[in-house]
Amino acid sequence: MDESIQNPGACAAPAGKLNFQPSLPVMVKLAEKRCETQNTVSLLFEHPSEDKASFRPLQNAPGQFVMVWLPELNEKPFVISYISDTGFGITVTVRGNFSRRLSELQIGQKVGFRGPFGRGFSGMEDYAPEKIAILGGGCGMASLALLAQKIPEANIIQGAPSSSELLYAERFPRQIIFTEDGSFGFSGRPTQWLEGKLSGGVEMLYTCGPEIMMKKVVSLCNANGIRCQAALERYMKCGIGVCGQCECDGRLVCRDGPVFSDSELQQMPSFGNTRRNAAGQRIKL
Amino acid sequence: MKEKNNTQAPETDLGADLCGIKLKNPTVLASGVLGISKDLLARVVEAGAGALTIKSVTTSRREGHDNPTVIACEAGMLNAVGYSNPGAKAAAEEFSNVELLQVPVFASVVGRVPEEFAAAAQHIMKCRFRAIEIPLSCPHTPGYGTLAGHGSPEATERITRAVCDVTDRPVFVKLSPNVPAIGELALAALEGGASGITAVNSMGPGMLIDIEARRPVLSFGFGGVSGPALRAVALRCVYDIYKATRDAGHEAPIIGTGGISCGEDAMQMIMAGASAVGVGTAVYQRGVEVFGLISRELREICLRLDIKKLKDMTGAVHG
Repeated sequence: MDESIQNPGACAAPAGKLNFQPSLPVMVKLAEKRCETQNTVSLLFEHPSEDKASFRPLQNAPGQFVMVWLPELNEKPFVISYISDTGFGITVTVRGNFSRRLSELQIGQKVGFRGPFGRGFSGMEDYAPEKIAILGGGCGMASLALLAQKIPEANIIQGAPSSSELLYAERFPRQIIFTEDGSFGFSGRPTQWLEGKLSGGVEMLYTCGPEIMMKKVVSLCNANGIRCQAALERYMKCGIGVCGQCECDGRLVCRDGPVFSDSELQQMPSFGNTRRNAAGQRIKL
Repeated sequence: MKEKNNTQAPETDLGADLCGIKLKNPTVLASGVLGISKDLLARVVEAGAGALTIKSVTTSRREGHDNPTVIACEAGMLNAVGYSNPGAKAAAEEFSNVELLQVPVFASVVGRVPEEFAAAAQHIMKCRFRAIEIPLSCPHTPGYGTLAGHGSPEATERITRAVCDVTDRPVFVKLSPNVPAIGELALAALEGGASGITAVNSMGPGMLIDIEARRPVLSFGFGGVSGPALRAVALRCVYDIYKATRDAGHEAPIIGTGGISCGEDAMQMIMAGASAVGVGTAVYQRGVEVFGLISRELREICLRLDIKKLKDMTGAVHG
């Protein structure tokens, strides 16, 4: 394991301590819905009224994830994309039945949360903000939102198919934007920024987005001596490092990740190539 | 002070023996935890496990239950994963060259009827697993385990025989703690040809309800209870099985599983009659490192209690 990444994971008791930590959803009321794009909505919640060990949004570090429960339907991993003293939020892009049902929730309805889990982004304190790049593609921007909020002076780069699918355009006004159809910002893919900015003085890059994109980003960083970390997504069941479902080359995305460093990614041949489905079958990305 | 502790004490022997299969320490990765890929197994080896059991496979692929499938309360863990697995054929590919791992690896198969157990076993035993485990005790998957009546002495003997017929490697039968006389069940397994017993599977099923949602938290409604809540029950089960099998003249080894998370727990299980200890839920508490930690703690206990060979402690409480 790369020692430069510390694990702020809240899921595990420190080694040697045998207390058994509950991991149960805490129900929280939907307070506000914010339309982000035509198929993406942010759901904003007030902080849970009681301090419950199973869900502590204020302990969330950028890049960590929470499990979101819709009773009688399913439970899936999401990232906290908004946080303040009064509440938190997640950003939901409609992809299947679960995300559709989540996006259709009405104000006042309750959703279960547990977490945060896993290891988030790290090391940003070691770099001057202008030496840091935050590069997101599609709904991967949601994983980077709290990081961008934390380091607003960093270079923030977003790629999307078209202007209608851009996330947080007003929230982070200093973003450098790439659209594939050229409808906003630069025409093309966000990796172009990296290709063109190779001598731009960036020393640390954080990325999240389609894995094929991240694979290219990491390889460009490696080739140019830029350190980087990427947040991965895998099918998850337990979220707490027990079932093994999210395994990626011997690493657990839920507990060892979801953020991995460049040196770790180099030892993960599945990165950018394969993932496992609900049955645990290895399939091409 | 320093001089005093510097006496060259002979290294405690933590070695275990399961039907002639040698383990460097008694910790065994329990089935259903982490055992879905060879890479992950390799990591558990690195963490210090003495042997490994893969996640159970069925003849065809299964997606299992929807989430939440694994939850934890202060007393322990509840799971209703529902045997998600890629099917025996894909699993056999995943675990080809399993013998390259540095420690013995055991297969695990389940089915709805004896023929399915046998068919899955035939597929998976093409890999060089050292033994095979058959859980007849899953409490949360319709068609399988206790929900299909696999936990009766008759079914236990019949299914065990069907699997023993298709492999010449040791068969371990994993039993449910939810029976009034677990010793009889162990004897039925041995009657069917089993070489050893794994005791126990998760108990229950149990249930947890979210009072705001007014619904059970597990999507399946209920699930097997493991971890601290299971430990005392598992210990008594292993005690009963050891007594019943020894009284009947058997020497079959027992893999004692249920709530073990530290050296003290493991030593209690060994004294109750286990030759090795299964570790599963404790991975949640202490991470994959739990295997090495348990060995280290066992070594400290052995030193303190002047035990030279851990093996000698199997069944010590019966002596």
